[in-house]
Amino acid sequence: MCSLKRTPLYSLHAEYGAKFVPFAGYEMPVQYALGVKREHEHTRAACGLFDVSHMGQVLLRGRDVARALEALAPGDFIDLEQGAQRYSFFTNPEGGLYDDFMTVNAGDHLYLVVNAACKDQDIALLRIGLDPSIDIVALDDRALLALQGPQAQAVMARICPEANRLLFMQHARFEVEGETLWISRSGYTGEDGFEISLPAAYAEAFARRLLGEPEVELIGLGARDSLRLEAGLCLYGHDIDEHTDPVSASLVWALAKCRRQGGEREGGFPGANVILPRLAERDELERRVGLLGEGRAPIREGTTLFDGEGREVGRVTSGTFGPTVGQPVAMGYVRAQATSLGTKLYAEVRGKRLPMEVVKLPFVPARYHRG
Amino acid sequence: MSEIPQQLRYAESHEWVLDNGDGTVTIGITDHAQEALGDVVFVELPEIGRSLAAGDEFGVIESVKAASDLYAPVAGEVIEVNAELEDAPESVNEHPYTDAWLLKLRLTDADALEQLLDAEGYARLLDAQ
Repeated sequence: MCSLKRTPLYSLHAEYGAKFVPFAGYEMPVQYALGVKREHEHTRAACGLFDVSHMGQVLLRGRDVARALEALAPGDFIDLEQGAQRYSFFTNPEGGLYDDFMTVNAGDHLYLVVNAACKDQDIALLRIGLDPSIDIVALDDRALLALQGPQAQAVMARICPEANRLLFMQHARFEVEGETLWISRSGYTGEDGFEISLPAAYAEAFARRLLGEPEVELIGLGARDSLRLEAGLCLYGHDIDEHTDPVSASLVWALAKCRRQGGEREGGFPGANVILPRLAERDELERRVGLLGEGRAPIREGTTLFDGEGREVGRVTSGTFGPTVGQPVAMGYVRAQATSLGTKLYAEVRGKRLPMEVVKLPFVPARYHRG
Repeated sequence: MSEIPQQLRYAESHEWVLDNGDGTVTIGITDHAQEALGDVVFVELPEIGRSLAAGDEFGVIESVKAASDLYAPVAGEVIEVNAELEDAPESVNEHPYTDAWLLKLRLTDADALEQLLDAEGYARLLDAQ
């Protein structure tokens, strides 16, 4: 058995009553003393602090690095302004996704945040796919915290007021107590908030300072999952993976216009010959939709979905009881004819067919700070 | 430490049994079980009139984390289920030994209660885990 890694905040988690679970090779807090439901509600009402130091942070530096990254992902990195962050994914030759990630143009380098479970593979992919002159640095000496919720800005006003000038998906660097914080206004909850990269050695002191603010509670992976699901955000390995293409995954918005057919830098990424033709066929494809349950029973990952005539039309890829919605929420892939909003579907749970409705995502309105 | 009332009997599958003294029993899940499950969001209970053998699966309890099966600690016929739990499943976390009882059975065999653990036995089981 291989041993699990720990983040720099492990002992802080234990002190706050964390229950740990293995996740992507790390021993991670799934919940604290408050419990998943209250942690979820606290994040929507006030402010939650998440340790996401297990995620991969990667720095890319070199000539034409943005152009080079476009050979691996269908984003527009060349036109990404300094201080801007964008969501994209590494595609495979079959049109599937190796991973999804965030990229920041930090001036003399690109800063990427990738999924924990994929980080070694992503770095290998970058080493193979980018010109050898480009430096690829795994930032293993940095921790990553997320401060999320409607009161995150009030907390930031006391800790690092300049960061409140950032708008959603902007990034900048700030000095706090002599340490440099890399702060993005983004997150994985649908709420306003910040993702803060900082030196691992400073992470615990900084987290304790945040926890000293009255609005802040530590939030575990359990609530992180229900929060992101209510926000309609995909979880890699569940809602998207190497077999799902971005069009079927309803992630067309993340395919840069300039990389589509007729765009100035059309194609040029792995699987473009599969993905781009699908854009024209999207209405005929099985694709990812939001599903709202009518009863109270959670409809979980792997559940089969049927239409009103009893025909199998799809399956659930993520599902739980949404604490804010107050109903079961799920996402899944369904056949084209079942994707219209308002379509009634039936989830088979323990031999019963439970009614669900195809609904618009997100389940809870996003409250990003767009200025 | 979780609460283990003296007057109850316990199954190794973490249900408690209260002897109502009239050939019927009331069944629920223990404080330890609700704590391990986490926030309960849904409880599925059997139809009234169903006959259960000891060890039969009689329902499901779902928390934010996962679904867990419920097992009959003793044999009997279902005579009542707690309908309040449909709208207030969180009561299982708050009052596992009182408001959040799950169902009542008419015992097939009154001696079956002797097979179950007493409070000390259940405490030892938890210590051993």
